[in-house]
Amino acid sequence: MNMKIRLKTALRGLSAALLVGAPVAAQTVQINGAGATFPFPIYSKWFDEYHKQRPNVEINYQSIGSGGGIRQLSNETVFFGASDGPMTNDQLAGAPGAILHFPTVLGGVAPSYNIPGVTASLKFTGAVLAEIYLGKITKWNDPAIVKLNPGVALPSLDIAAVHRSDGSGTNYIFCDYLSKVYPEFKKRVGVATSVNWPVGVGGKGNEGVAGLVKQTPGAIGYVELIYAIQNNISYGDVQNHDGRFVRASLETVTEAAAGAAKAMPPDFRVSITNAPGANAYPISSFTWMLFYESPKDKKRAKVMVDFFKWALTDGQKYCAELGYAPLPKEVVALEAKALGKIKL
Amino acid sequence: MAKNSAPRRRGGDLGFRAGTGFFAALVVMLVGGIAFVLWRESRLSIAKFGFDFWRTKTWDPVSGEFGALPFIWGTLYSSFLALLISTPVALGIAIFLSELSPRMLRTPLAFLTELLAAIPSIVYGLWGVFVLVPLVRKLELLAPAWARSLPLFSGPPLGVGMLSAALILAVMIIPFTSSVAREVLKAVPATQREAAYALGATRWEAIQVTMRYGRTGIIGAVILGLGRAIGETMAVTMLIGNSPRITWSLFAPQYTMAAVLANEFTEAADDLYLSALVEIGLVLFAITLLISAASRFLIWSVNREVKASAPMAAPAPEAT
Repeated sequence: MNMKIRLKTALRGLSAALLVGAPVAAQTVQINGAGATFPFPIYSKWFDEYHKQRPNVEINYQSIGSGGGIRQLSNETVFFGASDGPMTNDQLAGAPGAILHFPTVLGGVAPSYNIPGVTASLKFTGAVLAEIYLGKITKWNDPAIVKLNPGVALPSLDIAAVHRSDGSGTNYIFCDYLSKVYPEFKKRVGVATSVNWPVGVGGKGNEGVAGLVKQTPGAIGYVELIYAIQNNISYGDVQNHDGRFVRASLETVTEAAAGAAKAMPPDFRVSITNAPGANAYPISSFTWMLFYESPKDKKRAKVMVDFFKWALTDGQKYCAELGYAPLPKEVVALEAKALGKIKL
Repeated sequence: MAKNSAPRRRGGDLGFRAGTGFFAALVVMLVGGIAFVLWRESRLSIAKFGFDFWRTKTWDPVSGEFGALPFIWGTLYSSFLALLISTPVALGIAIFLSELSPRMLRTPLAFLTELLAAIPSIVYGLWGVFVLVPLVRKLELLAPAWARSLPLFSGPPLGVGMLSAALILAVMIIPFTSSVAREVLKAVPATQREAAYALGATRWEAIQVTMRYGRTGIIGAVILGLGRAIGETMAVTMLIGNSPRITWSLFAPQYTMAAVLANEFTEAADDLYLSALVEIGLVLFAITLLISAASRFLIWSVNREVKASAPMAAPAPEAT
């Protein structure tokens, strides 16, 4: 009992000391966020550049994965979250307050393969990719692949379908695309950051998938576009919504977002896979930052909104050098308006 | 001076006793705490799936169906395969170092073996991906058609899979088993060997006597390796192919409990999914406990057998 009282007094003293210290610390605003690993390089670049302009703003971001980001935001242990896939209705309902989604940059997923003797860039359709990953197409000289690639001598080689074994936004985007274009894929596998793959081997991370593809003759895998570009991994073209075969690039991914902007839902929880547009790359996606609609800490909220306005405008110019596709103008305009929803 | 020292020594004894006792109790509390937290965090999954969690094969985060059997299978299969490969090698190293090696070689060899234990598992994993997997793939391609039709070698030659994972695990546990076994053999009294030689035993027979004398310790060394193999995560995740299936095939990609935790924990946002992953941890914990208990039992029964039989019963071969 006596001990308890003593402890309480000690704690009170400690908190008093902290309060006295508070005015000094008030000059710098520290904001913590957590979430997706995919946009981590651009986010840390943004936070770093913004800190140079506004030395009193320190934003810390931990790339613990989209799931972790959503969880920590729902538990209110971080001020903002980030995710490669939009939160589900259940997840939104489970959070203590309304959560808003804001797209930050774009990513794409590219199919990479290793067929000895084949140097030509192969063409794929969503259906062919889905059938490969469902185990329905098992040989490279399957009529469906041959038909798409006339003139390419495809060998009678077993296809080793390589997928991401770790939960990731890359899985989400890839499965989202295949589910849209191939109903059976949606029924048997579905869309999530981790799914139950019927066939194939799993590699951990982009490097795991790329490594397996490189070393296994007959392998096909899918990697983040940024990773493929930075590591000079060759990849194939994919047929888009308009029926054209499009190669993944920063431009074609941004094009997909522009195509989707016309039908943008007000909460930005939109999938832009298989988006309309002549040059839209079909396996593209936004990545989002997540904020509470009425944050408890108004001071931090104001700083964060200011930062986000900067990220949408000046910040977008850092995209290209880091290999991210920038947001199309249409989406930026919509988001600038939507920022007003945050109650400051 | 002499008068003062007695109570002080007693005080020191008491303090020492309390201190070490506290540390010992800390271990019990840690184990209990881990078990409790694992149980508490997996209640959702335990309530939903019950015992089916242990025996169903589907692991589908999309539809929310979770069964741990393929992971339990992969963990046990890879660990026992690794043990099968590593035990003869590790015991060979231990016997050579303690009984046969020239004195000059002994220290550097022992040092190199122990160095293997200091290599981080991510380095083993990378080495596995870039060196071991292509080699294993070549080996798999060499398998003749009749062998490929056996369930043990069925499936396409991918390189990644059970064989690669078991091999890397074997390399990783060799230093543990061999170091402990070497210490055990060193601790066997010289009189044992001398007695064997005095009876006219050959070197090989004398070593058998030594091994027999130290067999509880040697079993302990092997179990230590098994414990390490069961919990190994990074290198296995990179080599096993991460595909939850139950098959005897050494060529097929499979999955382990530690690997699925490493792969899926960060992105698991759904409550039931997270709970199922924690329950995998709980299952891993339970299996490790079971194996520990089984090894205790094995050591106990071996000890009893040794005591029951004559203490110096060297298996004397029939002279011809």
